Amino acid sequence: MHELGLAQQTLEMALRIARQQQANRIVAFQLKIGDWSGVVVEALAFALTTISKDTIAEGADIRWQTIPPAVRCSTCSQEYEVDTYNYACPVCGTENVDLCRGQEMELLTIEVDECATIADVNS
Amino acid sequence: MCDHCGCELVTEPGHHYHDHDHDHGGQVVDVRQSLLTQNQRLAERNRGFFAGRGVRSINIMSSPGSGKTALIERTLQSPEMANRIAVLVGDLATDNDAQRIGVAGVPVTQITTGTACHLDAHMVHHALEKISLNGRDLLLIENVGNLVCPASFDLGEQHRVVLLAVTEGEDKPLKYPVIFQSADVVVVNKIDLAEAVGYQRDRAMENIRKVAPRATILELSAQTGAGVDAWLKWLGRDD
Repeated sequence: MHELGLAQQTLEMALRIARQQQANRIVAFQLKIGDWSGVVVEALAFALTTISKDTIAEGADIRWQTIPPAVRCSTCSQEYEVDTYNYACPVCGTENVDLCRGQEMELLTIEVDECATIADVNS
Repeated sequence: MCDHCGCELVTEPGHHYHDHDHDHGGQVVDVRQSLLTQNQRLAERNRGFFAGRGVRSINIMSSPGSGKTALIERTLQSPEMANRIAVLVGDLATDNDAQRIGVAGVPVTQITTGTACHLDAHMVHHALEKISLNGRDLLLIENVGNLVCPASFDLGEQHRVVLLAVTEGEDKPLKYPVIFQSADVVVVNKIDLAEAVGYQRDRAMENIRKVAPRATILELSAQTGAGVDAWLKWLGRDD
């Protein structure tokens, strides 16, 4: 439900970085979204596409990778992926664990084109 | 074919990994920033504000109607708590909850979010400008009733409390794991109705434990006051 707000943050971040790079266009976003982040990635992509209209990111390709949740056992330090809430450590059997992956919401990269080179800027 | 951009170069289709190595002829710029960077910054400012004033801040979350406001009202019946507490309360519209809580005479500020389904650090930051804490050292932040979105937004709070009413069904923690997983305390409310709704306590406890193995579980009825002492004791702690 809050994907529109996150899309807004993503676009602002990307536009700021594109400006710093003196790019004319953003052609792609690459996102990293954890399966337990509470974000519906398709809704985020849809929102990002919609609000990118009339900006230099209009029509940009939106790609993502999702991260399956994983926990680290506090007792024996074993790390393992979990797909349900059966946390029990396969090595020592305890459920004393910390979530170490699966809640990511990151803009990993943007792809820009027509960056002004130093020579362009100086000319 | 990639169903997102229409290209033919997807090697691993499906939702799990959406990426392809075709070249747009562009330049890839590393960003590696959280989509919540801005919220995170403001949350840290709020956290600093609380620490500087010695305020213990609690983010209270649940679905609509689980009894967040009723729990705050019950809490304020304790004279000690009524002297220590200030309240921020979030809703999409109306200041009904602020009025209910304001009856107890504590500082209360309503945050109306309009269409937003959660509180964020920015809203809390501005509400803190309005509320006069007057030396109060416990801030209860009643979030918008919603079991999804509030989980993602750090407000700068010290502790998170998630309510589960027995009327909601024992499997709520499994259906909304992200928010329950983040809880320091799970309050099981409306225990006075347990029998009437056929609440299965063992199943509920097992489900909470699965999702939030370390959370403190407190069972109470904000309506009758049963079990509220343990809640007041937790609230009054120094950590």
